[in-house]
Amino acid sequence: MEHIELFFKSIFIDNMVFATFLGMCSYLAVSKKVSTAVGLGAAVIFVLAITVPLNWLLDQYVLQPGALSWLGAEYADYDLSFLSFIMFIATIATMVQLVEIVVEKFSPSLYNSLGIFLPLIAVNCAILGGSLFMQSREIATLGLATTYGIGSGIGWFLAILAIAAIREKIRYSNVPPALRGLGITFIITGLMAIGFMSFGGMLTGGDEEETKEDTTVEVQVNATEDNIEIANNTKIEE
Amino acid sequence: MGLLSKKDAALIKDPLADNNPITIQVLGICSALAITAELEASIVMSISVLFVLGVGNVVISLMRNIIPSKIRIIVQLIVVATLVIIVDLVLKAFAYELSKTLSVFVGLIITNCIIMGRFEAFALGNGPWRSFLDGIGNALGYAVILIIVGFFRELLGSGTLLGIPVLGDPIEKTGLYAFGYENNGFMLLSPMALIVVGIIIWVQRSRNTALVED
Repeated sequence: MEHIELFFKSIFIDNMVFATFLGMCSYLAVSKKVSTAVGLGAAVIFVLAITVPLNWLLDQYVLQPGALSWLGAEYADYDLSFLSFIMFIATIATMVQLVEIVVEKFSPSLYNSLGIFLPLIAVNCAILGGSLFMQSREIATLGLATTYGIGSGIGWFLAILAIAAIREKIRYSNVPPALRGLGITFIITGLMAIGFMSFGGMLTGGDEEETKEDTTVEVQVNATEDNIEIANNTKIEE
Repeated sequence: MGLLSKKDAALIKDPLADNNPITIQVLGICSALAITAELEASIVMSISVLFVLGVGNVVISLMRNIIPSKIRIIVQLIVVATLVIIVDLVLKAFAYELSKTLSVFVGLIITNCIIMGRFEAFALGNGPWRSFLDGIGNALGYAVILIIVGFFRELLGSGTLLGIPVLGDPIEKTGLYAFGYENNGFMLLSPMALIVVGIIIWVQRSRNTALVED
């Protein structure tokens, strides 16, 4: 149940592109054609599914405060979390290099069609963002980390597929000249993000219900003056 | 021009408008948009990028003749990651609240495409001084967009600038609020950042039609 919830949450509610704006550069640059968008999206799913669990292990057994206690009691005080950026990016760069070698060996046609975008995955913010969110949201087990990686990857894939399809159609539309290309893509992405916000209400059932009710009552008591303002503040704090 | 030759000045001036990293080169959008709900966060983010890009460009430029081209991406990532760790620790020490607001986005400066893009396109082929100017110029171009977006989102979204109320008090109904003005809470939500940037692009390309695509 926990896995299913996290899976759908990372696809729809915390969608990499629409909720946190990660991986926007390649999202905008590679979304002109559906076929290349699909290739890149698949590669992102794959890399996220590998790097997030790997970095989870790294975080759990090397980087967290007290993580080194498996080496012996005298190492229990060490806190290496300041190294996490450099360790995570090293894992990601290595994995991308490996994926590149494997793809080149076993499927040269896919390798050629992805071209420059494969090495560029190393600097795709969505990949590092996946690992950093995994760390800051304190995901509990290796299995959940894998689910989170795959889910975020699928979310990114969906987003780039949707925008690529829209951009293929919009070529025949009468867009104001100054807005053509990049401008209209930004605005469409914004509108899609507003649409995706409606998924926020998807996971309110289950045991969270009681606490939810408490907070809404509190908000209503406090919010006699300006309901929207306070609702927004709570949203941001989340 | 005095201090800078004409060619050097162009390195700073071009990225500010006609070759802006965000609106024209489409780089560095990832971390830029999510933190622009407040002007203060935008400014701090801009300063961090200014530091990382300025120093990083000089470091890469100094090392450009000794980096083997096959492993240059990893070398570049290590340089950026080191600088970003410095920024992150400084923020945590002196502006802890703000570093909480920025959360993972400080770390994401590492994968900011502007930085890798400038290393690849400029610092690997130019001397340290010119690379420094190029880094500063591009970081300022990034900062301009961030600050414009942050300004409008904070002003229209919560009626404040840098946390100071400028449109009056929404609860006691003074200033503009006395005439029935309401804060547009929608501006604080993330999708509006995209739409604001879209509008900036629209304005910029209407003024300079040479930039229009297709």
